[in-house]
Amino acid sequence: MKKEKKYIFDKPENVQKLLKAFWITLVALLVIDFFIVKHPYFAWEEWPEFYAVYGFVACVCLVLASKYLLRPVVKRKEDYYD
Amino acid sequence: MINAVPPAAIFIIGAFLIPLFRGRLKSAFLLALPVIGFINLLSIPHGMHWNFHFLDYTITFLRVDRLSLVFAYIFHIVSFISILYALHVKDDLQHLAAVLYSGSALGVIFAGDLLSLFIFWEIMAVTATYIIWARKTEASHSAGLRYFLVHIFGGLCLLAGIVINTVETGSIGFGYMGLNGLGTYLIFLGFGVNCAWPGLHAWLTDAYPESTITGTVFLSAFTTKCAVYALARGFPGTELLIWIGAIMTTFPIFYAVIENDLRRVLSYSLINQIGFMVVGIGIGTELAINGATAHAFADILFKGLLFMAMGAVMQQTGKINATDLGGLYKTMPLTCIFCIVGAASISAFPLFSAFATKSMVMEAVAHDHRAIVWFMLLFASAGVFHHAGIKIPFFAFFSHDSGIRAKDPPLNMLLAMGIAAFLCIFIGTVPGVLYNVLPYPVDYQPYTAPHVMAQLQLLFFSALAFTLLILSGIYPAEMRAINLDIDLIYRKFARGFLWFCAKPLTQLRTAFQNFSSGAIGALAKFATDPLIVPETIFKGVQLGVLKALRNSADETTPKIAALEFEINRLIKMRETGRYYGTEVPRRPVGLAVLVSFVMIFFYLIVYMIV
Repeated sequence: MKKEKKYIFDKPENVQKLLKAFWITLVALLVIDFFIVKHPYFAWEEWPEFYAVYGFVACVCLVLASKYLLRPVVKRKEDYYD
Repeated sequence: MINAVPPAAIFIIGAFLIPLFRGRLKSAFLLALPVIGFINLLSIPHGMHWNFHFLDYTITFLRVDRLSLVFAYIFHIVSFISILYALHVKDDLQHLAAVLYSGSALGVIFAGDLLSLFIFWEIMAVTATYIIWARKTEASHSAGLRYFLVHIFGGLCLLAGIVINTVETGSIGFGYMGLNGLGTYLIFLGFGVNCAWPGLHAWLTDAYPESTITGTVFLSAFTTKCAVYALARGFPGTELLIWIGAIMTTFPIFYAVIENDLRRVLSYSLINQIGFMVVGIGIGTELAINGATAHAFADILFKGLLFMAMGAVMQQTGKINATDLGGLYKTMPLTCIFCIVGAASISAFPLFSAFATKSMVMEAVAHDHRAIVWFMLLFASAGVFHHAGIKIPFFAFFSHDSGIRAKDPPLNMLLAMGIAAFLCIFIGTVPGVLYNVLPYPVDYQPYTAPHVMAQLQLLFFSALAFTLLILSGIYPAEMRAINLDIDLIYRKFARGFLWFCAKPLTQLRTAFQNFSSGAIGALAKFATDPLIVPETIFKGVQLGVLKALRNSADETTPKIAALEFEINRLIKMRETGRYYGTEVPRRPVGLAVLVSFVMIFFYLIVYMIV
């Protein structure tokens, strides 16, 4: 049997490397945040890690709301209108 | 009069010359149109040109100022890119429609009066409908028809508004209007249909994914951005727009998360991005208007790029649903890279275009101390990264391996994507060039440490949410299904309306028709000899009196006999309908006279009461 060419993400160790780089970046972002001088319009922009927490929570809420609230209401078979 | 011609004229006249060329010459001619247009554009000074008098009004085909110019620049650039992307298409009619469509968009941008604006607006609706139909599938045919009907509605609102506004103000000029009076509300609504406001948006997510691979790239650029321009011209600082825009940024992302057709995901995200522009126009400060126009400029490029990348995937694999795709990075590396550039741009990564443009709107909102709107937009910013920034590239090019080993698309498509990708990065890295052509002087610096940091945190922790949800299996699996949207009202409920018209309403009509025709028949019969009834009654009474006065019940005088004969004759005449004969004198009043009398009588009653 002819073996197909292996591509970059076919190797699990490459995926692991990518994820590792991702975790390191996240930690770095959390740490650097303490050394940034902020010029906020709103008080909460000064809270430490505000954007990180908001981004994470917003996306989790978005996905959960879409999956458990919106999809059950609007999902129909592909031929619904035919 | 100046030497330059209206840019719309170059495209519209050029469009009709396309069928005259063949082969490479046709390609060269198509690409030359936006280039010639751009050179012409650079030679036009600011001011009102190409004015004509029509009735008592002044028609202006070329109003040139900073606002119209920035849209004209990007329209020329994107029409060049889109034409390049579509160069391999062997269908003159598609090219013609696309160039006409781009040209009429330029007509809208430069229209100095509402009448020419309306005419170009409608040409856009018609040509866009053809571009949707060009896919030649049953789905595209019906989606195109729905598109057309919705835009006819919007166009009629606009026309009614223009007429009312012109009568009220005495001027047909198109400048700042603001919301005052019915006319401006109708114009506002007409613009809103093209702008895909919440509730009026379904034409976009319905029709754009059904168009051709190349057609959708054109469509994504012009119709909505013309509406953004028109709102920025006529209604800047309208409070209502802030809330309309804020809702536009948020609700489509929920749909985008569960949508399977990747071009439909992009259509929802198109509405989301326009929301940012609409908010900017609603705030109406110089920074906000600059932000709205700059973001329109950037959006046309990155949204075009994303639609081109998905179009390339669709052309090479024949599939567009997330459930059918995956693993394409292996054999379509260039398309994959371009798609990621588009995704990074729409997500507003530092060094990519939206980072320098969307942030102006955010800054304007914060400057205006609008905390709720600011939170909504920040939510939408995280959400757009989630559904357009990650979902699009991830499900098409990575995710599970679909086994499809399609190659990158032809050179012209790659070049078009390459140019768009380059411009996305160029605007992101050297935003000053774009800032220089914005309507107002720019005093804004996107690359500050807190801004870069805030944006990176927002995006990376959105990505973290995505990663954790995918790894844990909570992320909603893509499904072969469709999701109901507001178009349900005219796609399903309209059938109920048709049934109501065909069954109960028709039965009611038939019953009424039978009754009225019967009534008219009886009336006509009566009218041929209206005196017969009173005459019969009178004679009957006469007979009764004579019979009562006689001496015995059996006594018959000649007078009674004559009366009985006469009454029998009258009754027989009524029954047989034979009124005229040698023995009966003719004395009809005529139906018309009778009806006239009845009508006049009713009119008299109405007149007396009212």
